[in-house]
Amino acid sequence: MAALDSPAGAKWRWGFLDLVVIVFALVPVLWIASLSFKTPATITDGNFIPREWTLENYRNIFNTDQFVRALVNSIGIGLISTLVAVVLGTMAAYAIARLDFPGKKLLIGISLLIAMFPQVSLVSPLFEIERSIGLFDTWPGLILPYITFGLPLAIYTLSAFFRQIPWDLEKAAKMDGATQGEAFRRVIAPLAAPGVFTTAILVFIFCWNDFLFAISLTSTERSRTVPAALSFFQGASQFEDPTGAISAAAVIITVPIILFVLFFQRRIVSGLTSGAVKG
Amino acid sequence: MTTAETAEKPTTHSVRAQRKAKARISEGKRQERKLGWLLCAPAAFVMLAVTAYPILYSVWLSFQRFDLKFPDQREFIGLGNYWTVLSNDYWWTAFGITMLITVVTVAVELVLGMALAWIMFRTLVGRGLVRTAALIPYGIVTVVAAFSWRFAWTPETGYLAGVFGEGAPLTERASSLAIIMLAEIWKTTPFMALLLMAGLALVPDDLLKAASMDGATGWQRFTKVMLPVMKPAILVALLFRTLDAFRVFDNIYVLTAGANNTSSVSMLAYNNLIRGLNLGIGSTMSVLIFIAVAIIAFIFVKLFGTAAPGSEEGGRR
Repeated sequence: MAALDSPAGAKWRWGFLDLVVIVFALVPVLWIASLSFKTPATITDGNFIPREWTLENYRNIFNTDQFVRALVNSIGIGLISTLVAVVLGTMAAYAIARLDFPGKKLLIGISLLIAMFPQVSLVSPLFEIERSIGLFDTWPGLILPYITFGLPLAIYTLSAFFRQIPWDLEKAAKMDGATQGEAFRRVIAPLAAPGVFTTAILVFIFCWNDFLFAISLTSTERSRTVPAALSFFQGASQFEDPTGAISAAAVIITVPIILFVLFFQRRIVSGLTSGAVKG
Repeated sequence: MTTAETAEKPTTHSVRAQRKAKARISEGKRQERKLGWLLCAPAAFVMLAVTAYPILYSVWLSFQRFDLKFPDQREFIGLGNYWTVLSNDYWWTAFGITMLITVVTVAVELVLGMALAWIMFRTLVGRGLVRTAALIPYGIVTVVAAFSWRFAWTPETGYLAGVFGEGAPLTERASSLAIIMLAEIWKTTPFMALLLMAGLALVPDDLLKAASMDGATGWQRFTKVMLPVMKPAILVALLFRTLDAFRVFDNIYVLTAGANNTSSVSMLAYNNLIRGLNLGIGSTMSVLIFIAVAIIAFIFVKLFGTAAPGSEEGGRR
């Protein structure tokens, strides 16, 4: 009886704790989703579940240039920054994990410093520098700082991943007659790919998230990303309450995050934990 | 390796071979160094070009009177801007607010994060589910979460506004600050928990079992066994979160925009620069924030002995 009771009791207790965490994590997300489906008439009812459902808010934001442009900017800037940061980060992390050279510690130190760097300290000089060389309010103007702050993240996560790869396999493959290129393509690349992919997700989330640079280094729709555009939202017409529009836009940019988290939870967790401790 | 092999045959021939091998090693070493530098150069260049140069430029700007609204009055004024900022009440209020937010949120997050880490690490049911849920606050765009909290605490639209009686919580200072801290804690506790979970994974199960055999209570097992093993992970998590909390900006921008004296130093610097277009003062604040962050990092590393992740020799093969 007792033997049956205690594991079941433990399960219930853990189940309850799980539930607390899930509610804690999801309530704000569900709230903004709920707002996005409410009609203008019921948006102020404070009800958690919409009384009248509508897709009007979504239709409206996709009909405005403001949001569509911002979405394109967010995706484009995020992808390019991620690509460059991951390529440069892979090169550096490979060197850190596998090669012995003076200056290695310095590089690790620099990336650590930048990971802790107060971004606002860069806003004023970058604002002035980018204005004078014509990068202000352009894609590269945002991509540059994103690469810079994505790099430490990439270098840390990737060098942790690379250290776990059994590199001797490469040697073994070459002994079996594979060329250097084949050994890399057939043996090392498949082992390294998950780490690189995870890093790309983490860097992309960082770029997708940024607000401070996005709002300081842009001034028009040309390069304003969604987080920055949200704070300028006026709703479909000038005098309309923007709550519904903001909520709908917020939900749209949350979708990719939810997808990443749903499909790659394991990888994101291992990427974040392996990079941060015992790098 | 090569020297060891040849050393077994002590002939004149092998001595020559040994010498040759040495030359080969240093040649190989040189190649390795060159490749290492070559691979790291682009990353190092970008990181330095986008941070080191601007921060120096920022120091240069901070010595000038430079207001974009009055560009003709630009002149070198030495430490004048520093005097202006450091003798200004707004600056010290913002500094106090930033410190308050940093200390309170990091302390709460450490406790909550530990609990969350424990749940994510030990739960018997739905481990994947709970980890997935916890990653959502980490991944979500801060501005999105901030809007959700803003709408929630605004009377009429919100479900939370009426919880503490009538009134608009976001129009009063104390309640605004509490909401800002709540939003910060919600967003970043999972990150803290993940870093702590990495530390939890280092605690050997046998040690815990042995401790409980010896009659240690749950609390004793936690403080005497787990905490010492987790100490490095805890310090790293604290360091990262403290510096991150000190930069608080997004939540304040969306929730109050700094109204009712709720600005952080980042918010104040942004307002002086982008709203006020005063490059001199904005840069001065940038430099001061940089110095403050450097001091915090220094305290962590020197006083608490936080080992910078990746700084040890472990990576050599």
